[in-house]
Amino acid sequence: MKDTLILAIESSCDETAASVVKNGRTILSNVISSQIALHTLYGGVVPEIASRKHIEKINQVIEQALSDAGVTLDDLDAIGVTYGPGLVGALLVGVAEAKAIAYAKKLPLVGVHHIEGHVSANYIEHPDLEPPFLCLIVSGGHTHLVIVKDYGEFEILGRTRDDAAGEAFDKVARAIGLGYPGGPKVDKLSKEGNPDAIEFPKAKIGDCPYDFSFSGVKSAVLNYINHAQMTGEEVNRADLAASFQKAVVDVLVEHTMLAAKDYGMNKIAIAGGVASNGTLRAAMEEACKKNNYSFYRPSPIFCTDNAAMIGVAAYYEYIKGTRHGWDLNAVPNLKLGER
Amino acid sequence: MIIETRTPQETFDVGKKIGENAKPGQIYTLTGDLGVGKTVFTQGVAAGLGITEPICSPTFTIIQEYESGRLPLYHFDVYRIGDIEEMEEIGYDDYFFGQGICLIEWANLIEEILPENLIKVTIEKDLEKGFDYRRITVTGLEEA
Repeated sequence: MKDTLILAIESSCDETAASVVKNGRTILSNVISSQIALHTLYGGVVPEIASRKHIEKINQVIEQALSDAGVTLDDLDAIGVTYGPGLVGALLVGVAEAKAIAYAKKLPLVGVHHIEGHVSANYIEHPDLEPPFLCLIVSGGHTHLVIVKDYGEFEILGRTRDDAAGEAFDKVARAIGLGYPGGPKVDKLSKEGNPDAIEFPKAKIGDCPYDFSFSGVKSAVLNYINHAQMTGEEVNRADLAASFQKAVVDVLVEHTMLAAKDYGMNKIAIAGGVASNGTLRAAMEEACKKNNYSFYRPSPIFCTDNAAMIGVAAYYEYIKGTRHGWDLNAVPNLKLGER
Repeated sequence: MIIETRTPQETFDVGKKIGENAKPGQIYTLTGDLGVGKTVFTQGVAAGLGITEPICSPTFTIIQEYESGRLPLYHFDVYRIGDIEEMEEIGYDDYFFGQGICLIEWANLIEEILPENLIKVTIEKDLEKGFDYRRITVTGLEEA
């Protein structure tokens, strides 16, 4: 059978990314603008580039992805692109680029939901993984607990009511002077601290046991810092980071295990930027082992925003027959499961 | 206008009242330290506009749009904007000069592109009056 090659483009937020994916599961190239040396893009000159300048990077990123994969535009079967959710100005660059290439090369165009991409990142390194399974998606902008019923078919069980999990990390990192991005920095500092030193609240949402709320724990951390300042106590930042991280990770794991039990799921996956958090990976793995569930997680490079995951999602949409027209537009608040 | 609140619910209610009376094209700036209740206030504004979706913080996404209410709500957090040009990249003028309500956190970072008729909301703590005490100051509402 002939191979199916998809060029995928992702530009929903900070990253400009392109990837070539073969038959939905084999990544031939995976280029992310922030992770390639800028001099390769600009031939020795390294200008100051603000993030989200997708339009200045996208052509080089795509050329790099094609050349890394050893293919040309003529070898492709379809173009996949993230069309939401995200920043409209950022999304539009990717969507316009994808449309232009698809139109010029007479290729089918497949729009992909960004979160569907994150979920699909799990297929890359786990050839045995197939729906149905339960997936926790945690990133700077998203916190969702979903059942992946089939490729591209989701039932949303829970979501955040306020801050995304990754954001809580960023804000606590800001408050204790760790800087941005907060997740990896809190994770690192936590290793030197005692996770049981301070007990922070774990928000339960009464009417929906799978929903999340991280605004409360963030405020509790800030109140703790304020209180310490007023009374002149010194804050042990490592203990605080470890205890905060435990409060967040515990809730993520508890809700996931509860949903797995209630819905009879025995395959558990995690996805999104926060899925590269070492403490979350370890805690989820342990809980899965205890309950005899299989546990799946992407390597950190596929947890962050990337185009390989979009290519995988686009492949499954493509073989299902999903095609978008030249009127495909960026949809900044695209809901999961919407078309 | 200065309003004092003592619970998150009261802060929510202040936001709700503002949402109920909001007019198309208004731009609100929202200032206050981390954990002071900016999200709760915004959830109130959204409720006042009749928005039914969950209101999530835009810190990572920079902007969150809500279309399910009486007027669209555009909730910004421009903290991660490093260069004013990035506001152009995200197409801010469509929001600022549109028919919805803009609510902008960390607006001081983008002062140079803000229009003149702003409604400024500041939420402050006063720990001497208790942990949950908040003073909410609203200016510019009369003229707008």
